[in-house]
Amino acid sequence: MSVVIEPAVTPELAAEHGLKSDEYQRLLDIAGRVPTFTELGIVSVMWSEHCSYKSSKVWLRTLPTEGPQVICGPGENAGVVDIGDGQAAIFKMESHNHPSFIEPYQGAATGVGGILRDVFTMGARPIANLNALRFGSPDHPKTRHLISGVVAGIGGYGNCVGVPTVGGETNFHRAYNGNILVNAMTVGVAAADRIFYSKAAGLGNPVVYVGSKTGRDGIHGATMASAEFSEDSEEKRPTVQVGDPFTEKLLIEACLELMATDVIVAIQDMGAAGLTSSSVEMAGKGGLGIELNLDAVPCRETGMTAYEIMLSESQERMLMVLKPGCEAVARAIFDKWELDFAVIGHLTDSGRLVLKKDGVTWADLMIEPLVSRAPVYERPWTPTPPSALVTSDEVPLPARPCDVLLRLMNCPDLASKRWIWEQYDSQVGADTIAGPGGDAAVVRVHGTGKALALTTDCTPRYCLADPFQGGAQAVAEAWRNLTAVGATPLAVTDNLNFGNPEKPLIMGQLVGCIQGMAAACRALDFPVVSGNVSLYNETNGEAILPTPAIGGLGLLRDARRRVGLGFVDDGEFVILLGETRGHLGQSLYLREIHGREDGAPPPVDLAAERRTGDLVRGLINDGLITACHDLSDGGLAVAAAEMALAGDRGAELVLPIGVDPIGFLFGEDQARYLITATDSSPILHRAGAAGVPACILGTTGGSVLTINRCNAISLAQLRIVHERWLPGLMAGAPSAAGSGTGGAAPGAIPVGSACDC
Amino acid sequence: MKAAVIVFPGSNCDRDVAVALTRVVGVAPAMIWHQAATVPDVDLIVLPGGFSHGDYLRSGAMAARAPIMRAVAERAAAGVRVLGICNGFQVLTEAGLLPGALMRNAGLKFICRSVRLRVETADSAFTGGYRTGQEIALPIAHADGNFFADDDTLKRLEGEGQVAFRYLSNPNGSAHDIAGVFNRTRTVLGLMPHPERVMEPDHGGTDGEALFKGLMAALG
Repeated sequence: MSVVIEPAVTPELAAEHGLKSDEYQRLLDIAGRVPTFTELGIVSVMWSEHCSYKSSKVWLRTLPTEGPQVICGPGENAGVVDIGDGQAAIFKMESHNHPSFIEPYQGAATGVGGILRDVFTMGARPIANLNALRFGSPDHPKTRHLISGVVAGIGGYGNCVGVPTVGGETNFHRAYNGNILVNAMTVGVAAADRIFYSKAAGLGNPVVYVGSKTGRDGIHGATMASAEFSEDSEEKRPTVQVGDPFTEKLLIEACLELMATDVIVAIQDMGAAGLTSSSVEMAGKGGLGIELNLDAVPCRETGMTAYEIMLSESQERMLMVLKPGCEAVARAIFDKWELDFAVIGHLTDSGRLVLKKDGVTWADLMIEPLVSRAPVYERPWTPTPPSALVTSDEVPLPARPCDVLLRLMNCPDLASKRWIWEQYDSQVGADTIAGPGGDAAVVRVHGTGKALALTTDCTPRYCLADPFQGGAQAVAEAWRNLTAVGATPLAVTDNLNFGNPEKPLIMGQLVGCIQGMAAACRALDFPVVSGNVSLYNETNGEAILPTPAIGGLGLLRDARRRVGLGFVDDGEFVILLGETRGHLGQSLYLREIHGREDGAPPPVDLAAERRTGDLVRGLINDGLITACHDLSDGGLAVAAAEMALAGDRGAELVLPIGVDPIGFLFGEDQARYLITATDSSPILHRAGAAGVPACILGTTGGSVLTINRCNAISLAQLRIVHERWLPGLMAGAPSAAGSGTGGAAPGAIPVGSACDC
Repeated sequence: MKAAVIVFPGSNCDRDVAVALTRVVGVAPAMIWHQAATVPDVDLIVLPGGFSHGDYLRSGAMAARAPIMRAVAERAAAGVRVLGICNGFQVLTEAGLLPGALMRNAGLKFICRSVRLRVETADSAFTGGYRTGQEIALPIAHADGNFFADDDTLKRLEGEGQVAFRYLSNPNGSAHDIAGVFNRTRTVLGLMPHPERVMEPDHGGTDGEALFKGLMAALG
C-alpha cells in the first residue's frame, strides 16, 4: 500500500479552495484544530455558494412556500405537490450554467441527469423534462457551437433515459456571450404516501452506495460554479463531469424497483459535491453521525485518495440508508440491473463525520456546526434605478404593421425553435398530449384522466429594467401559460440566475426579483416548492441579465377539458381578454424594430392577472373557448400569428377605432389572453361580470392573417419567415446572425413605408 | 393474440407498446427480460424502442447478442411474428433477422417528428389493417434510422415485396426511402417509426392503431 501524504492546510490553501479568511477561521473554531486536507476540501464545497446558498438564503426565506396543495416545500431534493387521488407531482429546476459553457454537450447532459436524480430520489417516476436556455448574441463566434452542443447534450441524455423533453424556452442576448444559462427541469409522479426523504434515521443502519463507480471527474465542480469566469475558464474543463444516460436509466428502474419494497430509510442522490453533501446532509438532517469506510467505495480508478473520493462529482450515483438486514434484498435488485452496490458505512450516535481509508482516519468533524454555522451573508444591495416610461408618440413613425410582424416572427427570441425541440424525444411514454410549441406542455398522469401542465418562463430584459416587476412578471407569465391550456396552477420551482452578489447592484437585482416573485406567488396562490440559485454568472466582470427562470406546474383534473393555441375552425370569433394600454417599454418591437432596449417594463397588475386568468380557466373548463394563447413577447400581433400558424388557419382582425395600432398590436401589456370561441356572447357576458375587458377583434378562416384590411400576410409567408431563422443560423447563413438582442443589425425582412390604417 | 415484449437494459418504449397492445388485444403482453432463455408460447414477439445498452458500440449490437435473442430467432424461424420498432428494428438487423443496417441519420442529428409514410403492401399480418398504397402519419424519434443495404439486397427487397413502409419525404437518408422492411416470409417486420405513439386522438393521431388491429385480426 502506498502511503498518501496530504498537503498541510494553510490559510493560503484554504483561500485556493474558495474559503474567505473569516470562513476559514470559522472552520478552525469548529474543528478546534487545523483541518486535514480532506476536511478542508469537504467544508469548502459545503460552504460554497452553490451548495450553501449563503448569499441568497435570507431572501429565499421570504418566498411563500406553503399552501394546501404543498406536501413538501424547499429543503428536500425536490418539491412535492398533491395532485389528487393519492398522487403527488415532484419537480424541480436546476442550473448547469458554468459546465455547459465550458463543455456544452456534457455540461447540459449532466444537468439533465442531475435534475432527474433529484426527482426519482424521492420516489417519483420522471414523466417530463423541460429546459430554459439563454445564449449570447447569435453572431457571437461561440454561440452556434454552444447551441449545438447544449441541444445535443440535452437530447442525448433525455432521449436515452426515456423521459420526454416536452417544453422550454430559448432566448438570446449579448449579456450571455460569456456565460450561457442551461436550466433543466424534471417532473415526476409518485404515490403521495410513498415519498422518500433524505433524513437519515436508525443507529447502526447501513449506508449504501449504488450506481456508477467514482472517478476523478468533476472534483470541485461546485466550487467552480461559485466563482466568476475569466479568460482561463477553458482550463476548468476537467471539473466538468461526464454523463452516462444508460446507467441513469438503469438507476431509475433499480431505485423504483427497490422503492416498491420496504427497505429504504433515506435516500439522496450524489449531486454537487458528491459523496460529501449527500452523506453530510443525510446524517445532519437526522441529527446523527456517519462513519464511512472509503475502501468500500466502488472506484473507477486506482489510487484515489479520500479527498478525491469525497469531492468527486461522478454522475449516476446514489446514497441510501437501509433498514438493518435488508442489504441482500437491495443487492439483488442492483445486481439484476448490473449496477454497483456497496455498503460503505453506518450511522452513529457520535454526531461526527468520520472517514476512514487504508486504516487512516482522514476526517473527523462534528456535522451539526458545519450546517448550523455555515456562513450566511446579508450582502449590501442597491435597488435598480427606475426607467422612464416609453410612450408611443416618442417612437419614430411606425412601419406597416405587417412588415413589423414579419420582422418579429423572424427575430431570434420569437423565431421558431423547432430546430431545437425536434432533437428531443417529446413523446416517449406516450402520455404527451401537448408537446413543444404551445403555452404549456401537457402530459397525462399515466393511466388516469388527469394531466399535468408544465412551462418555463422568464423575461430577463424586464428583470434588468425593473427587478421587482420582472420577477413578478416571470411568475405571472408561468401562471398564465398554465391557465391558457385550462390547468389550475399549483406551484413553482425557481432557478435564480444572477451575476456576482458581492456587487450591490447585482445583489439588488436578486433582492428585487425575489420580492417581485414573492408578491406574485402570494397573489396567485402559486407557492415556490423547490429551486436552485446560480450566482457569479459573470465573465471578465460582465454580468448576465438577471434571470429568475420560473418552472410552473398545473393540474388538469380532466385532460379532455383543455385547449391548444391553434385556431381550430373557420368562422370563430377572435376575442382579446384583458386591458391593452399599448405599453412599449422593453418590448421586442422597440428592440427589434428600433434597436432600443430602454424604458420601464410593463407593470404587472396581480389583481388583474388573477381576475383575467380565473375567468379564462373557467371558460375553458366550461367548454366555451376553442383556442387560447397568453400574450407576452411581441404582444397581440405575434400571438395571433402563432395561433394562425399552429392551426394552419388565418384570421381577419380589425382593431378597435381610435387605438394606436403599434401600441395595440405590439405592446406587451400583461394579464391578457387571445381566445377563440364559437359563440361570443357568453364570453362577453362572463367577462363583463368579472370586470375583465373583452374585445372582439374578428373571425378565423382562410389562409391569410389580415389586420385592418390593408395588412395581409399569407400563412405560407409567415411560416417561412418564422421557421427559417434558427436553421439558417445553425447552417451558418450570414443573414440569420444579425438582428435583435441589442445588436440591431438589420434582419432579412425589410420594413416598408408607414401604415395608413 | 398472445404477445410478449422483450425488455433490454435501456429499452424505454417497452411500456408504451405494452399499453398499445393491451388497448387493442384486451390482455397485457408478457414482459420478458433479456437474460431469459426462453420466450413464452405467444403469437407475436415485440422488440421495443429505446436505447438498449445505451446504443453503445452500435445501436442494437449488444442487445442482438442477449441470451433471449437465440429464443427469438428460433421462434422467428418457426413463423412466430416478430415486430421490431425503432431500436427493436436495429436489434433485428444486428441479429440478422432482417436485412440491411441502420446508420446515423444523414443530418447527423436525432429527429423527433411526425412523418408521412406509404404502406407498400397490405399483404402481411402487420399491415393487414391498412390498404396497399395508403398514406399514413407516424412519428419518428431516432438518431440512427438511415436504412442501408447493398444494391443486390435492395434489388431483392424491392423485387420480393419486402419493403413495408416508405417515407414520402425522406427524413434520414434511408436508401429507397425505406422506413420498414419485412423478412422474405413477411413474418418479421422492423420499422423506425413508432406506431404505438399514435393510438388515440390525444396522441394527435391514430394511424398506429391499424397496425395492432391488423395483427389482432390476423393472429386472433
